[in-house]
Amino acid sequence: MLLGIAWDTSSNWAFAVSILPILLKGLVVTLQATVVGFFIALVLGLILAGLKASPLKLISWPARFITEFIRDTPLLVQLFFLYYVLPEYGIVLPAFMTGALALGLQYSAYTSEVYRAGIESVPLGQHEAACALDLTPKRSFLVVVLPQAVPRIIPALGNYLVSIMKDVPLLSVVAVLEMLNVAKIIGDRTFNYLIPLSMVGLIYLILTLVAAAAIRYLDTRLPKRGIPLK
Amino acid sequence: MNEDPIIRFEKVVKRFGPVTVLDELDFEVKKGEKVSIIGPSGSGKSTVLRILMTLETIDDGFIEVAGRPLWHEERNGERVPATEDHLRSMRKEMGMVFQQFNLFPHMTVRRNVTEAPVHVLGLSKQEANQRAEEYLELVGLGDQADKYPSQLSGGQQQRVAIARALAMRPNIMLFDEPTSALDPELVGEVLNVIQRLAEEHDLTMLLVTHEMQFAKRISDRVCFFDKGKIVEEGPPEDVFGDPKEERTRDFLKNFLNTA
Repeated sequence: MLLGIAWDTSSNWAFAVSILPILLKGLVVTLQATVVGFFIALVLGLILAGLKASPLKLISWPARFITEFIRDTPLLVQLFFLYYVLPEYGIVLPAFMTGALALGLQYSAYTSEVYRAGIESVPLGQHEAACALDLTPKRSFLVVVLPQAVPRIIPALGNYLVSIMKDVPLLSVVAVLEMLNVAKIIGDRTFNYLIPLSMVGLIYLILTLVAAAAIRYLDTRLPKRGIPLK
Repeated sequence: MNEDPIIRFEKVVKRFGPVTVLDELDFEVKKGEKVSIIGPSGSGKSTVLRILMTLETIDDGFIEVAGRPLWHEERNGERVPATEDHLRSMRKEMGMVFQQFNLFPHMTVRRNVTEAPVHVLGLSKQEANQRAEEYLELVGLGDQADKYPSQLSGGQQQRVAIARALAMRPNIMLFDEPTSALDPELVGEVLNVIQRLAEEHDLTMLLVTHEMQFAKRISDRVCFFDKGKIVEEGPPEDVFGDPKEERTRDFLKNFLNTA
């Protein structure tokens, strides 16, 4: 029994059917961690991208260093650091929050590059035309740059969303009850790892295929020349 | 034509790294004058327009536009570098047409032409739409307002870009090789619009171009640029018909051979 649901080991099929609701409970945690982690990555990435774009080297260089540092160290190291080191300094977060934070932190380095690339992909001539028309920098960013950058940013962000989802099982090492961890516990207790682990793989495969199809669909629907402004 | 210069360059220096693009350039344009700038690529001719439009800074020297310093401000009797606010007010004097049109691809033609009049000049939507109609009519595209730039030919796009610049009612129009990116059969329609502007309006016009025949037709004065300096200038009949300088002669000869 796990998470209040008992399993039936009379046959392989019965076992598979009986543990499915347990795995789906784990899946909910996986999806929650994905969403919270992605949200942190979106916000933190935007801040990092803003800092990196600063004309002041005193601001842009540390931001670049942080991005590089986060990207070049393993997610697991960061996760352990947040989970085991922070409490020594009096910062104690629940395992789920620690995990989501680690995911968000790691992926903020990637999303910040996506934002930067998206904004830089808007041709210089667009900025020059906006300047020649005397638009304010703010107006120019909002109605000229952003609508043209967003369609280039969204597909790349979608790919990172899928990536985060696939990295959530790492949180099992800090005892977050996400789907893989749930499957492993079922295996520990029934000595049947094959079925729960296969089911996790299958559920992931379905999720990823659906997400990839959704991103492809989004990509074909996004206006290539920027979001139309009447 | 008024005799006061509306644009005055005084020993202006512009460098890109080790390359000196403008070399202590002295240059004046009178109010209402139509001036064509010709010369080999890399001679600094586009840079003159880009500096005026404040797309490039200057490294040394002084520029006056409509009696006011462009890149400087007077403060307590001293010349200090201009603030963004000052540059913003100076840009209102000028409109620019780019080689690559630089229309906003995600906006309709109408929105392209009304965006700045509404959000910079503070016109109401209705006033701006009226004005857009007027200038689109002027460039012969009154019926294309609801299209997106990608639905238009290059020549039409450039005419929209001209309407967009005119809708700000600038005193000075800067044309930076406006037909260089166009297919040959589309050049004429853009030149016709520019010519009409030159003939029917008292705009001051500065035109960087490789269209020698056109420059000859519409200009009050032609300036031949080479290596960041004006080598020769004068009425088009003189510069094209009887160039005094060796370098001008070489350039025109080569140009006519290759064109």
